[in-house]
This record gives sequence, C-alpha cells and structure tokens, in this order.
Amino acid sequence: MSLINRVVNPKFLRSALPAASFVILLTAIFYLQPRAMSYFGLNLMLQYAVPIALATIAQMFILTVNDLDLSIGPFVGLTASIGATLLADDPALGVLALVACIAAYGALGALVHWRNLPSIVVTLGMSFVWLGIAVLILPTPGGTAPAWIKALMGLKTPWVPFPIIAAAVIAVVVHIVLMRSSYGATLRGAGGNPRAIERAGWSLLKIKIVMYSAAGFFGVLAGLSLIGLTSAADAHIADRYTLYSIAGVILGGGEFVGGRVSPAGAVIGALTLTLTGSFLIFLKISPDWQIGAQGAILIIVLALRALIKRREA
Amino acid sequence: MTAIAKSIFKQRWIWSYLGMIAVWLATVTFTGGKGGAEIITAALSFATFTVIVGIGQMFVITTGPGNVDLSIPATIALSGAVAMKLMGGDNSMLLIGIAASLACGLAVGLFNYMLIRILRIPPIIATLSSSFLVLSTAISYGRGLKVKPPQLLADFTTMQIMHVPVLAIFVVALAAFMAVVLNRTIYGRSVSAIGQNMRAAALAGINVERIRFRTYVMSAVLASICGFLLAGFSGGASLNMGEEYLLASIAVVVIGGTSVAGGQGNVAGIWGAAIFMFLLVTMLNTFGTSAGIRLIMTGLIIVAIITIAGGDKPQR
Amino acid sequence: MSEKGEHIVALTGAAKAYGAVRALAGVDIAVAPGECLGLVGHNGAGKSTLMNILAGTISSDSGAMEIHGAAVAGRYSVAAANQNGIRCVFQELSLCPNLTVAENAQIVHPSLKGIGWRKRAEALIVGKLDEIFPGHGVGGDDAVGDLSIGKRQMVEIARAFTVTDRPLHLVILDEPTSSLDAVTAGQLLRHIREAVAGGLSCILISHVLGEILDYADRIVVMKDGKVVAEKPATGFNRSSLVAAMGNVVQEARIEARLKAEKKRGETPVVVSAIPQKQPDGRALVAHKGEIIGLAGLASHGQTATLLEIYRAASKRQVRTQVDGPVALVAGDRQSDGIFHIWSIARNVGIRSLRSMVRYGLIDPSAERRMADEWRDRIKIKTPDMDDNILSLSGGNQQKALFARALGSDAAIVLMDDPMRGVDVGTKLEVYDLIRAEAERGRTFLWYTTEMDELNNCDHTYVFRSGRIVADLSRDELTEEKVLQSSFEETA
Repeated sequence: MSLINRVVNPKFLRSALPAASFVILLTAIFYLQPRAMSYFGLNLMLQYAVPIALATIAQMFILTVNDLDLSIGPFVGLTASIGATLLADDPALGVLALVACIAAYGALGALVHWRNLPSIVVTLGMSFVWLGIAVLILPTPGGTAPAWIKALMGLKTPWVPFPIIAAAVIAVVVHIVLMRSSYGATLRGAGGNPRAIERAGWSLLKIKIVMYSAAGFFGVLAGLSLIGLTSAADAHIADRYTLYSIAGVILGGGEFVGGRVSPAGAVIGALTLTLTGSFLIFLKISPDWQIGAQGAILIIVLALRALIKRREA
Repeated sequence: MTAIAKSIFKQRWIWSYLGMIAVWLATVTFTGGKGGAEIITAALSFATFTVIVGIGQMFVITTGPGNVDLSIPATIALSGAVAMKLMGGDNSMLLIGIAASLACGLAVGLFNYMLIRILRIPPIIATLSSSFLVLSTAISYGRGLKVKPPQLLADFTTMQIMHVPVLAIFVVALAAFMAVVLNRTIYGRSVSAIGQNMRAAALAGINVERIRFRTYVMSAVLASICGFLLAGFSGGASLNMGEEYLLASIAVVVIGGTSVAGGQGNVAGIWGAAIFMFLLVTMLNTFGTSAGIRLIMTGLIIVAIITIAGGDKPQR
Repeated sequence: MSEKGEHIVALTGAAKAYGAVRALAGVDIAVAPGECLGLVGHNGAGKSTLMNILAGTISSDSGAMEIHGAAVAGRYSVAAANQNGIRCVFQELSLCPNLTVAENAQIVHPSLKGIGWRKRAEALIVGKLDEIFPGHGVGGDDAVGDLSIGKRQMVEIARAFTVTDRPLHLVILDEPTSSLDAVTAGQLLRHIREAVAGGLSCILISHVLGEILDYADRIVVMKDGKVVAEKPATGFNRSSLVAAMGNVVQEARIEARLKAEKKRGETPVVVSAIPQKQPDGRALVAHKGEIIGLAGLASHGQTATLLEIYRAASKRQVRTQVDGPVALVAGDRQSDGIFHIWSIARNVGIRSLRSMVRYGLIDPSAERRMADEWRDRIKIKTPDMDDNILSLSGGNQQKALFARALGSDAAIVLMDDPMRGVDVGTKLEVYDLIRAEAERGRTFLWYTTEMDELNNCDHTYVFRSGRIVADLSRDELTEEKVLQSSFEETA
C-alpha cells in the first residue's frame, strides 16, 4: 500500500521522469532493432553521449546560478579546435590555451555578476568570439587529435560499453561535488536565493566565477572528448551543442530558475538526446526530422512534467 | 539647453545612434570619403529586416524576465520556403503567398503560446523546442528549393527612391506605429506592467494571458513577414536565411535600450542598433579583416555595449 | 547608560542617506549583554536601516561603531558581524527554497563541512527548532520551498539562534512574528526571554506593541531617522508608546464612528462566496456598502477566498458569485502590488486605463488628473506624482495602492491584509477613507490579522483551515470570540 502511494506520489514521479524517458526510448529502440541490444550496438549508439553529457553538465553549472549559456556550442568547437591543433603539436602550449579558455569563462562569470548583465546577451556575443578564435586557429576542418585522447575515447571496457561507464562516472563525480558537498549547497543556494547567500557572508562574485569556470572546464572536456571520437576538428563541429546542452538539463529534470538541478538527471537527459538520432534511423524517418524529433521529445517530457506538477499542486 | 541634452542622454536608446554615427565616420574616414552614401543605403536595406523581427522580439522581451522568442530564425525559414514554393515565381500568386506566409507566422505563434500556456513550459525552452519542429518542417518542405520570387516582390523589396529603400520607409512607419502602440495603448501599458510584475499585473485587472498571447503571436507574425520579404529581397528562400536573426533580433533590442529585465521597451533604439550592427560588419570588411577577426570583433563589441549599458537587474 | 566595554555593540552618530532622503540622522544606540531591546517606530523611522547597519548589509555614511568595547576598524561587513556573533532575522525570508532545512543551516555556518556535515547540520537546526518551537513538524531533509510560510519563518528564526564555532551575542529580529500564528509567536517570545536570561542579547522590532511592552527590557522609539525616546519597558504603556512615536491616540475617533449602526440586509447582496474547503454551504456574504472583515490566524484561507472572489469577477465560478467590478489592494506590496519601474501616477492609474482612453490612445492629461486628485484625497507624500514609486516610503506606497483601487470603477474592493507594516498614522487616515467610501455604497472585503481593524467592519467572518467557522455581527464581535473560533478544535 505504502509502496503504491510512493510510486504515485507526484514528487517521486517527477524525479523518476528523466530515467523513465530514457528507458522508454531505449526499449523502443530494442523493440525496433533487437540487434542494438548488444555491447557493440550500445557503444555505437551512445558514443557521442560523452561529449554531449559533458557539455550538458557545463550548461547545468550556469543554469544553477540562474544564468543561461548560449555560447557553449561554439566554445566546445573552440576547445576541440585547440585540442586538434595546439595540444597535438605542442602539448604545453595547448594546455596553456585550454587553461586560458577556462579562465576566460571565469572572467565572464565575474563580468556578468559585476555589471549585473543578462547572461543570454553576453554569451550570445561570446559565441561569436569563440567561433572567431576557432576559425583563426583552424580555418578549414582538419587537425589531428592527440593519440592519448583517441585511445581513451576508444577504450574497450569489459561488459559495459565505455560511454555508459564514462557517463556514470561524470554523473557521480558532479553529484558528489555539487549535491553532497557543503560548498555545493552554498553554490546551489546562490541560485535559490542569492541575497540570502550574500547576507550569510558569501561572495556571490566568487560563486559566479567558480560556476562559470566549472562550466568552462567541462566545456574543455567536452571538446577534447569530441575530437577523441572524430579524430579531427572543425570550428563548427559543436554548434548544435548549445541546444543539446539546454535540452539535456531540462530533460534531466533541471529547473530553469531557482537552482534546482540534478547532475545525474542532466547526464541521463544527454543520453536520451543522443538516442533520439538512432531511434529515428531505426524508424526509417528522414534525417530532416531529426532536430524536429528532439524538439518533440523535449515538449513531450515537459508536458508530462507539467501534468505531474498540476497533481502536485 | 543642457537640461535638454541631459534628458536626451538619459534615454538609453541614444547610444545606439551615437555608435552608428561613430562607426560610419570611422569607415568613411578609412575609405577617404568614398562610398559613404552607398553604405548608408545598404545599411538601410539590410537593417530593415532586423528591425522587423527586432520589434517583435522587443515586445516579447518586455513582457518580462525569461521571455524571449528563439523561434524567429525557424519562422523566417519556414515562411520564406512556404511562400516561395506556393507562389512559384508567379506575380498573380502574390496575395496567396502573403496569406500563406502570415498563416505560418500565426501558426508558429499559436503553437509557441500553447506550449507556454497549456504546458507551462518556460518561454525560452518553449520557443526553442518549437523552433526545432518548425525548422524540421521547413527543411523537409523546402528540400532542394530553388524558386525565384515573383518579379513584383523582388522589385518591391529592392526598390529605392533617391537611394532610400522603399521598404525601409515602410518599416520606419511600422516602427513609429509600434512606438505608439507601446507607449500610448492599453496593450503597450499592459506589456510593460506584466514585464515588471506579472502577479501584480493580474491583480491590477490586466488580462495577462491575452497580452502574452498577442505578444508571442505578433512576434511570430513579424518574423514570417520578415521571411517573406527577405526571400523576395535575396532572390529566393534558403533554409539558413534566418540563422543570423537569432543574435541580431536580441542584440538590436538590447543595444536599442530595452531593458532585458522586462517592463521597459524602446522602439526607436531598434533602428539605430540595427544600422549600427550592419555598419559594424561593413567597417570591419572595409578594414580588410579576416573572417575570424570579424566574428571576434562583432562579439566583443556586443559584449562591450551590454557591459557599458548594463547595470540593469537581469533575470538571465 | 552603562559603562563602556559592557556593551555587545554600540553605535554613535550613525547616519545614512539615500539620495535626498535621510534614513538615519545620527543615531546613538547600545545593547548590553543579557538585554532585550525593543525598537519601535513608524515605517520610514529608520529601524530597518539601523538594523541593516548592525548586520553589516548596509554601511553607514558616518558614525562610529564599537563591538565589545573595541572600535570597529575598516569596513564592517556581514562576515565581520558573523565573526562578532551578531545575527539578524530579516523581514523578507533569507532562506534558499531549493535547499533543504539542513543545507540552509550550512549557509550561515561555513564550519559545517567535511564528511558528515549534513548530519551535523540537521542535528543543529532540528535541535534548535525543538527547543524554540516544540511540535514544529519540520524535518531537516525537507526542502524549504515545500514548507508553509509560517514554518519557513520558524526555520529562519531557529537558524539565527544556532551556534557552531563562533559564540552568539546578539540576535536582531525584525518583525519576527509577522508570519507566525499566536501559538508559535508565543513560543518564540518566551524563548527570547529564556535566551536573554541566559546572557544573550536581542533587538526586537515589532509593530505589535504588546509584544514589545511585555517582552523587552528597554524600549527605543525612533522617528524620522532619530531616537526620540528611550526608557525601560516598565516606563511605557501602550498609549505613551504610541504618543512617543508621534501619534496622538485616536481610538476615540473609531469608537465614535462605531455608533452609526446600519441594519444588515437592507442593501442587495453583491458577493457570495463559499470557500473551497467549506464542507457545508456556508457562504461569505457581502451586501452593498458593507465592510466585511475576514479574520482568523494568518493564512487560513482568507487570501485564497479573496483571490477566488477576484477571479469570479472576470470568470464565472461555481461557488462564488460577484455582482460588480472588483479591485484588490495587495498586502504584499512588492510581489502583488508595485510596478517598480513606473512613476507613482502610472501605478495609481493602471487599474483605470479603460476610462482614460480617447480615440484608442491613453490620454496623458486624464492620467495626470487622476494622479493629482488622489494625491490630495489620500495624502500621498511626494513632491511629484511623476517620481518613481520606490521614492515613497512603505506606507505611502500602500496609499498609492489604495488610490489605485479606490480611484477605479470597482464597486467591490478586496483588501488582502493591506496594513501589514504600515504606521499608525497612515492606518487611521485610510480607515477614515474606507468608511467614507462604504457610506457612498462601495463594498469592502477586508482580510486583516490585526484585531483592532475588525472594529471598522460591519460584519466579520472568522476562518480556520480554509473554512468559515464563525460569523459575527459587530455587536457580537469581541477579541475573545475571534480567538476562540480561530483556535477551536473540530471534534
């Protein structure tokens, strides 16, 4: 009896929604194409989940402090370009460039806080800057990814495919840092009631810098993991990641304002998005409709959430 | 006199015009005075399209934090594709093309609002996800599309009177009309009230949902008009012709002095900002900078302007 | 006054100005260990500014500050206040709704970190809640956003009293009982006395003069940014306190007016509302020209009923019938009333735009006329109605909201505890206006948490748990009866 109550409890339904949508989509794929239900099949379908999940986590850090990053896609493109050129040719210089990228993100957070700027406009402007730098570094598609990244991303793990393990590791690590640690609570609190955090003696400026730098760090990881899969880069390689990352956080149960986020949910959201591509292929739907289908899934999940919320009220 | 000057400089939209003049002067100085007039003509032609979508975006942004229409590029693409395909370059089909284009805008606007209202999806996500659907529709409908616009439309969109684009004159009139709508009508006042405090607006007797509905539909319809005219202007519709208007529509609103936190809109600034944005790219082209530098400069200048203008209480 | 060095904190000559407005004009104040200092004054008297200076959230323009007898050097900040054991419970809640109760405790106690911090934080805050509010029913794992406003306030207060690595010397409470019901408010006030007996100091700010008189050791009265009176609490009584704040007691005026009695039911019914949770068909009924009071403990369905009536005016509802246009005067000004970008004139005019339209456009001169008319009628203190609404003091902002409703075409005016945090002078002026408007045929539905205000009402409905549990005519109305119905348990 109490179990039924718990399952029908809107709060439980709500937190289970991201995982449920992933499982439903996966089941549908297995039904359409039983051969996908294998180590190899999963590996193939989910290989791009790693960079998308990392970009989603980056976006989640920004969303936690009530901002939105419309430049994460081009930023991932930039770090991928750096990874496939500078990092491969001169590792020291490459690392320096990537650290500079993270620092630039941190500075952006400081700027947004200091001048009280709307993050959508600032990041929209910055998306041009990232793209411009990437074009300067890598005018035409090319470059080579460092061998160690390729080796890491091509890892053949036993039993469970690498992308799934990597996604789980990302989720757990970020969960511990943001959801379980004491400073993580303060960071999230800055999204829930910034004034209260300030009144308690914390520096909002520092918090913004930390969150934006964290986003920059995960953006760098996303770029590097991406070239590990593609071997070469292109300034435009990750333009779609901006949309993916926002959709991923929302699919994962993250709220738009108020610091209510879920790292595990965000990673699952990213996996779900990754699967939609395969799902459409198995359904034999024209690739024209791929982004349309992603939009539709987003809408369906949000509609379900709205329904649950209404019951909660 | 200084009091007047002071009150003018208090208006935040004035900065977009100052920027516009500065950039033009820099360009003309560089070319040694050559092509100054042509640049202005070109700027008016191109800025026109940005202004059309900018006005819609401005009303949306003014309805408050979190309100922004990200479906404008997709709507432009869909409207252009549908209208061009239906008209098939035939002048006699012009009215049908216009009707179809407006219908596209109306449909997108209704759909956006439905997501926001019925499914309670935050507007940014609602317009983002609907833009996915709209763009897919445009892609699948307009695949391999290479239809020229009807001659009449092409002529109208490129017509000039004494080097002033006719379309620009129409859109100046549209902007003037919209400024009156914003400042002197119950609708405009309501938009501002909702943008400041939606709950208080509802409790002060404003029908919040009706106002939001009209605003989102208006934005989408303006985007569809932009798509229609843009297709005529550029000799046919292309699926990515709306792309640049995502940044442009938001940038001109912000640079034009509208508060991103909502509640305070401005129409005049949109024109100044749109021309400024075009002149900026022209200037960088004139200086012979590479594509990468051009992108970086565009981005940095937008960030610089918002940093200087800043100081608002933003939502995101 | 006691000797230097014996004070927890002492301010001398503290001054603060916002533009042309002088919020504080040189204030001396000192708090001794083990003392509860009551701070009273009208809105705009400077209490909140003074408090914020002590808490470190605002820095004063001039003046000196001593903590434990030592002058504060350099910039005083929130961190410095914490360091010195000074805590503050602000009027607006300072909790993060997205965090749990325990996580919110961590926010003010950075020393709660490392492995097991969550458990320790939970024990700390729940323990303190048990101590102050026995039977509170709050869990350390509850998300604050899911708690009722009263419980949030309890968490916030309890948090201010928690101690970890730094000793606690002074707790400043700004209107702490505003969201608490009588039982929890009593628990809190008793706890304050116990804590003070244990050596802690408190500054208690409240509009409920009884709380101050009964629970403070010493009372400081502020007016216009200055301290105007300072005496042991035993040296004041209710009327002398009100007199010190600058208002002659005008209770007699209310009493006199009460005699003009009307017969109920001579005028037509304009509102009939059955609350959502009402099991029987009992309805709140208002006749034309009546002032109807909605009483009971805070947030027991009064506001919900008002909002239901508000909705029924534009959209047909099953349980609620309304005959005539409705306007609402918000109690929570910032979230329900004020448009902060606009001028006072625009804020007043928004409800009446339809009557100002000529040829489809709003006529600026009509808006101007309405603004000026109401500035005079309701005495909004401002040099120019085109000034921003936020240039007004809280009480005057509230007057602007009254002007918005009274200046509109509304035949029925709903008031959602609108006098919250409004000074006595403003209150009395507005009471008069309401009575005058009622005489002219307007109907008022007035939710209030202040017993005195019910004396203005022709008829009072008492709410409990979202239901009407008593309706009292003016003759029957006594404080005792209202309290009895508010607390009575259903068998």
